Amino acid sequence: MTARPIIELRNLSKSFGAVQALRGIDATIREGEFFSLLGPSGCGKTTLLRMIAGFEAPSGGSIVIDGKPMDGIPANHRPTNMVFQSYAIFPHLSVAGNVGYGLKRKKLSRAEIAAEVEAALEKVDLAGYGSRAAHELSGGQRQRVALARALVMRPKVVLLDEPLSALDKKLREQMQVELRALQQSLGITFILVTHDQEEALIMSDRIAVMFDGQIAQMASPEELYRTPRTRRVASFIGVMNFLPARMKGESPEGIEIDIPALGSARIPRDRVPEGLRPERIESIGIRPEMLTILFDEANSAEREAEGQVVANSYYGDMTYYDVRLAGQEAQVTISMRNTAGRSVARPGTTVRVGWGAESVVLFD
Amino acid sequence: MAGARRGPNWLLVYAVAYMVFLYAPVVLLPLFAFNDATIVAFPLSGFTTKWFTVLWETEALHGAVRNSLIVAVSSALIATMLGASAARAMARYRFPAKKGIVGFIMLPLVLPEIIVAVALLVMLMQLGLSLSLWTVVAGHVLICTPFAIAILSSAFQGLDQSLEEASLDLGESRWGTFRRVTLPLVMPGVVSSLLITFTISLDEFIIAFFLTGTDVTLPVYIWSQLRFPSKLPSIMALGAILLALSVLLLVLAEWFRRRAAARQGKDATAAGGLL
Amino acid sequence: MALKLSSQERQGLTLISPTLLYALVMLAAPLLMVATFSFWTQNYLEIDRTLTLDNYRAAWGEPIYQVLLARSLRISVIVTVATVLLAFPVAYFLSFHVKKRKALWLFLITVPFWTSYLLRVFLWKVILGYNGVLNSALLNLGLIDEPLTFILYNANAVVLTLAHAWAPFAILPIFVALEKIDRSLLEAAEDLGDGPVRRFFRVTLPLAMPGVVAATLIVLIPTVGDFITPKLVGGTDGLMIANMIQIQFGKANNAPLGAALAVTSMLTVAAISLIVFLAGRRLGGRVKP
Repeated sequence: MTARPIIELRNLSKSFGAVQALRGIDATIREGEFFSLLGPSGCGKTTLLRMIAGFEAPSGGSIVIDGKPMDGIPANHRPTNMVFQSYAIFPHLSVAGNVGYGLKRKKLSRAEIAAEVEAALEKVDLAGYGSRAAHELSGGQRQRVALARALVMRPKVVLLDEPLSALDKKLREQMQVELRALQQSLGITFILVTHDQEEALIMSDRIAVMFDGQIAQMASPEELYRTPRTRRVASFIGVMNFLPARMKGESPEGIEIDIPALGSARIPRDRVPEGLRPERIESIGIRPEMLTILFDEANSAEREAEGQVVANSYYGDMTYYDVRLAGQEAQVTISMRNTAGRSVARPGTTVRVGWGAESVVLFD
Repeated sequence: MAGARRGPNWLLVYAVAYMVFLYAPVVLLPLFAFNDATIVAFPLSGFTTKWFTVLWETEALHGAVRNSLIVAVSSALIATMLGASAARAMARYRFPAKKGIVGFIMLPLVLPEIIVAVALLVMLMQLGLSLSLWTVVAGHVLICTPFAIAILSSAFQGLDQSLEEASLDLGESRWGTFRRVTLPLVMPGVVSSLLITFTISLDEFIIAFFLTGTDVTLPVYIWSQLRFPSKLPSIMALGAILLALSVLLLVLAEWFRRRAAARQGKDATAAGGLL
Repeated sequence: MALKLSSQERQGLTLISPTLLYALVMLAAPLLMVATFSFWTQNYLEIDRTLTLDNYRAAWGEPIYQVLLARSLRISVIVTVATVLLAFPVAYFLSFHVKKRKALWLFLITVPFWTSYLLRVFLWKVILGYNGVLNSALLNLGLIDEPLTFILYNANAVVLTLAHAWAPFAILPIFVALEKIDRSLLEAAEDLGDGPVRRFFRVTLPLAMPGVVAATLIVLIPTVGDFITPKLVGGTDGLMIANMIQIQFGKANNAPLGAALAVTSMLTVAAISLIVFLAGRRLGGRVKP
């Protein structure tokens, strides 16, 4: 992407007393990007968002927004607007009062404010709701009002602090799609804080995965899923099977890996992450959908291994199998799409497991 | 629920009997205030409004009312301001020795009033300060502040911090945020704090008795009149007026609180607004 | 080592400092002064500032003060127990049986409290007096032949009047504690085999204990310091320690002795409060108030 940077974080750190909440945060967020901060609770993602918004002062490092350093600039003078986790809808104001709240500071006439408010409400599908009282709104509507209130300020960046966590599953999935569509049509930079990896994958252009106050990996959803750089990232995003492995040899085409549970394989160069030290490989990862149970005698795969079904979980469209690989302690999870005419394999069934070298993920 | 038929009836009977006990002295006030007899005793002899006329003509009483209003208004304002800043600090910030400081400020709540009165009197004597309405105010602020804190801290605690942050985030200044978000949301608390501290101060006798100078407050005046049987009927009339006034103020406070709660969509029937 | 405060802590302390300062100047300083005063002596119009324990010898040694203090404590304890016991069922009724009009009931309970305290006490005198409401009613009903005299100008009258005066202060904390009880806990107790009585003593009462302790302290402490009620309805054998403190600071003009009496009663009240508090903690288990 060639868009110019809108937010630059340089060696940012934050400590609360003796607790180091964030350290060494370096990131560049580009204009028009949907950027997510993803991590478990307590990883510092909300603190980072609040520092960008101006509610927390950094202990070290710098934040630059739209080319301007933000040192000492309070929240009310920053070109960012936030959608709070609780939505923070002012309970004493109507919907229009909430959305127009920030406009009162700008020198606008009553009519201009009303027009802006109505336009913002239209963007979030709440046209005509202006006179409603805050407490008459449903959870999803409150979320939209909070968004409209931020958008009406024409911010350079919209900050969203777990905006969907209070909604039920159906509504949340619907809002994920709507929010993404809205962001793309407006072209404004969104920064989303979430602990839900699926949400981050669905909505984002890029994701920063955070653990213990540091960014563990920053990449597009696809890259993050296909080539997580650490075991921790790998297991946080989706399901990953880990198997013991060792490097056998290295050649210009790739790396020779010995995986006792599956066999050996040559991992092509383009699947070897930059900066990886192959001699330090202790295990590899492989996604459940990259392993196949070969139900049919006629089916075959690039490579095969023997295994026995230990347990199965039926999900309707999919079945997840726990399979113990022959002669090994190693156990893997395999996901199989349920197709017409195929029955679910019972525990105890001996099966052939197919796999390919391209799907192996390497860590050091 | 099993047994729900028998249980509540006995409790209801008891509760009603208890209310009769609570109201027994209070209902006598209007009875004797309009009773056409110079002694306060049964049987009642007839209807009259002359005791109210007597009140109207008693100069000393007017002075006492004026003094009490000065004291109660000043005490309510100062105590509510001190209470608001303390309640805000308690709800919003963590700081060293918080528990100790708060406990100390709330101490007058569990200190016999005579101790507070005597302590202030001793200090004033030692400092050579003369007693006046302002010494009464000083004492009343001390005992009213814990009540103000108790009322206001629930208001400040109910205030979601992200509301103020949202206001700042939308470009409003700190003062603007206070004016447009914080103040409207804690206003019901402030009003009930003002009304309740006003009423406490207006009715307070022990501290006023010790710290009052030549300008007496209303309760001190009433105390001095209780010795004279001939003054009693007019004191009953005065009591009836005060009762009506108190009830009016309380209803007003409650109405205000409910309106504010309804506007915010909160459950207005919940307790907590009264005390 | 210099005290290093974060901006949070600094802001919090700054915000609370006016209130703290007021309490320091108007409460801590005077209390310290009273304590000091109690070691001095009054010589007519002069104060002798030589430190002496004479006031305490008098306060603790002379029968009159002993009697007054003991009576004050006895009356206060009786008043407190009576008030809390009478108030508990009302609070329980409000919390568990009133469904719709809770606020109205609470309002009605607090209304009498907002009438002048002096007048309420005086009106009890009118009710309980020789020609009072109660006696004339009983006479008219033919239940008695001549007016009862044991109901006014003694300790009984003091107990009754004070129990009335402090009623809302006892009901409200208990009510709040009862309201906080998660109703599913009661259902759980029932589900586990408790009948209504066992459930009350094993779940409801222990969980309401913080409220009961608060009510006890709120009633007990100011009662010891009251001198209006004893003076108006107590007669001579209803006088309490606070009346003596008032006399020492007033007519008797012996402020140091008054201070010693004040300090003594304050310490006694503090000790009793501590006992009540600790006892409540034991009875209520590990409930956080």
